Amino acid sequence: MPGRLASGGSVAPAIGENSREEAGPRMLRFAMNRIFWFVPTILAMAAFTFLIMHATPGSPFDVSDKQRPEDIQRLEALYGLDKPVPEQFVLYIWNAVHLDFGISYHARPQTVNEIIGRTFPISLHLGAMATLFAIVVGMTLGVLAAVNQNGWLDYTSVTMAVLFYSMPSFVMGFLLILLFVVWLPNIGVDLGFHVGGWDRPIDWILPTIALGAAPLATLARYTRSSMIEVIRSDFVRTARAKGLTEQGVVSKHVLKNALIPVVTLIGPIFAAVGTGSFFVEQVFNIPGMGKFFVTSMQVKDQTMILAVVLLYGVFLAAMNLLVDLLYGVIDPRIRY
Amino acid sequence: MAQSHPQSQPLDPLNLALRETDTAMPAPPWEAEDMIEDAVAPGQRETPTVGLGGELTARKQRSLWTDAWRRLRRNKLAVVGLLLVATFSLIAIFAPLIAPYGQAEVVDFRVARFSPSWTWPMGLDANGRDLFSRMVYGARISLVVGVLAQAIVLLIGVPIGAIAGYFGGATDNVLMRLVDVIYAIPQLLMVLLFVNWWGPGLLNIFLAIGLVGWVTEARLVRGQFLSLREQEYVSAAQVAGANGSYIIRKHMLPNSLTPIIVALTFGIPTAIFTEAALSFVGVGIRPPTASWGQMVAEGSKPGYIESDPHMLLFPVLAIGLTMLGFSFLGDGLRDALDPKGSRD
Repeated sequence: MPGRLASGGSVAPAIGENSREEAGPRMLRFAMNRIFWFVPTILAMAAFTFLIMHATPGSPFDVSDKQRPEDIQRLEALYGLDKPVPEQFVLYIWNAVHLDFGISYHARPQTVNEIIGRTFPISLHLGAMATLFAIVVGMTLGVLAAVNQNGWLDYTSVTMAVLFYSMPSFVMGFLLILLFVVWLPNIGVDLGFHVGGWDRPIDWILPTIALGAAPLATLARYTRSSMIEVIRSDFVRTARAKGLTEQGVVSKHVLKNALIPVVTLIGPIFAAVGTGSFFVEQVFNIPGMGKFFVTSMQVKDQTMILAVVLLYGVFLAAMNLLVDLLYGVIDPRIRY
Repeated sequence: MAQSHPQSQPLDPLNLALRETDTAMPAPPWEAEDMIEDAVAPGQRETPTVGLGGELTARKQRSLWTDAWRRLRRNKLAVVGLLLVATFSLIAIFAPLIAPYGQAEVVDFRVARFSPSWTWPMGLDANGRDLFSRMVYGARISLVVGVLAQAIVLLIGVPIGAIAGYFGGATDNVLMRLVDVIYAIPQLLMVLLFVNWWGPGLLNIFLAIGLVGWVTEARLVRGQFLSLREQEYVSAAQVAGANGSYIIRKHMLPNSLTPIIVALTFGIPTAIFTEAALSFVGVGIRPPTASWGQMVAEGSKPGYIESDPHMLLFPVLAIGLTMLGFSFLGDGLRDALDPKGSRD
């Protein structure tokens, strides 16, 4: 089967010691290469964002007719906007390396660091819960569906996955709100749901589901097809032929091999959860970074926008790097 | 055993180029050989689809497209998707004929937020405009954004991917470095940046989505071309003296068509979603032009959800159904166009 190797499962899992030894330095070279490219990528990203911000017409402080031009100029001087653009960029990068992102244009006198320090943990909390929810429920569903292929459990989970996976998180969020707050108000009240907020743990449930639903569906689908592919492979047939119980076959042979390719999904899941949280936070009125970012966008708070884009970019790039490296560690068949 | 990955390409062992819209199982590299093998020995398939297997043995010559259409029609979900997409497109195209009122026309200001009734099937919005008419015109905006953004994606992504994949070497390296950098930034953030720069509006939105989205397409086409380049018929064409652009146009592009079509089917809803999301947070389509995302934003204002859920329900359902339709169709097309693809 040409071209099938890349999809993992169909190769016999026996790995000789030799290939492992060989993989070491190659893996290191691959890692070094990826890490080496990490810095210019981030720099280019920063430059790109910076240029776009500076191409945006109009002064960020020119927000009302009642301001005197002197005041605008004074503010611009305060933020260093009167300097030439290249100098500003170097200064910006220099400060960013020292994790100093300056003062928010809009929410003066708070610094960007203060705002991010306050809002990012909330977003991270939401994101972590959604990811965990997606991984636990999605993989379980996928495994159960594959093991009971064509049973009712399979159809239920496939239908669910199919319905969820194309649903944008904010549509999901509003559907949940409409369901609980409007049509099932009794249940909603009993469970203490109310629209918005992040203060009580009960507030966490709906946003987590809304944000986690799409990655959950992706994971369930993917886990299922990966499992099925492995179940059909030769070494599973061998395992069955030598008399292992079905449970033994699944837990010892199928699961390990089938879940390896699923790891690659973690990167895209972080991306989906990260950007999805912008809208979910808006929908549920959660005071996280996403919601703040949307506000910054509306009021053209350049320092905030720059910092958030950089933070998300670095975060996602780091996650992808980690996943790529991790993949080589847990699947020795992968060579770089 | 396992494929060695070119260093220029970040490790992506499953060729998982998935971003906003899930393409969890992208079309495996589709090769002419596989098709022939499939046609000659259908019995060797591990899971012959009953109807399909029987027919393959009996069939004479049929084009890929006829075959794909047959397979698509068998797939219930794909048919549902096709119907949803067709309905959506027809509504969008014939919007002025379907909508009883104009999109900005105030029907009756005194009974603003009127609940759905026989006169106004989806009720009125906060400004006393007919929600149904606005939904119909909103479909038009969505379709325009989806199609035009994808047109830009194709216009930029396909040539760059083709050049990188065909010529390889330094050209490939330079182009793919550029693609990697753009790819590293979350797509939605980039679109937000562009819209922040250019300001809201229909033109700016689909331009931004297109200018950001082409990298995925370029990667896809490049990957396809890298594998096609090694095919014997390409070498044969080169030996026969065909030049690069001829080989790309006549041999490689037609053979990369199916993954491009599938990517297109997933790209359109992504663009539609992006527009809705931008309009929802208030940096997209400007009122009074109707856009589903903007209607969601209006319907979700504090107080309206409890008292007038219709203002939120209809646009949310419309976005959801459109996404669903395109993704069912995309999945179906992927299976139908890829004769060896998994039919699990």
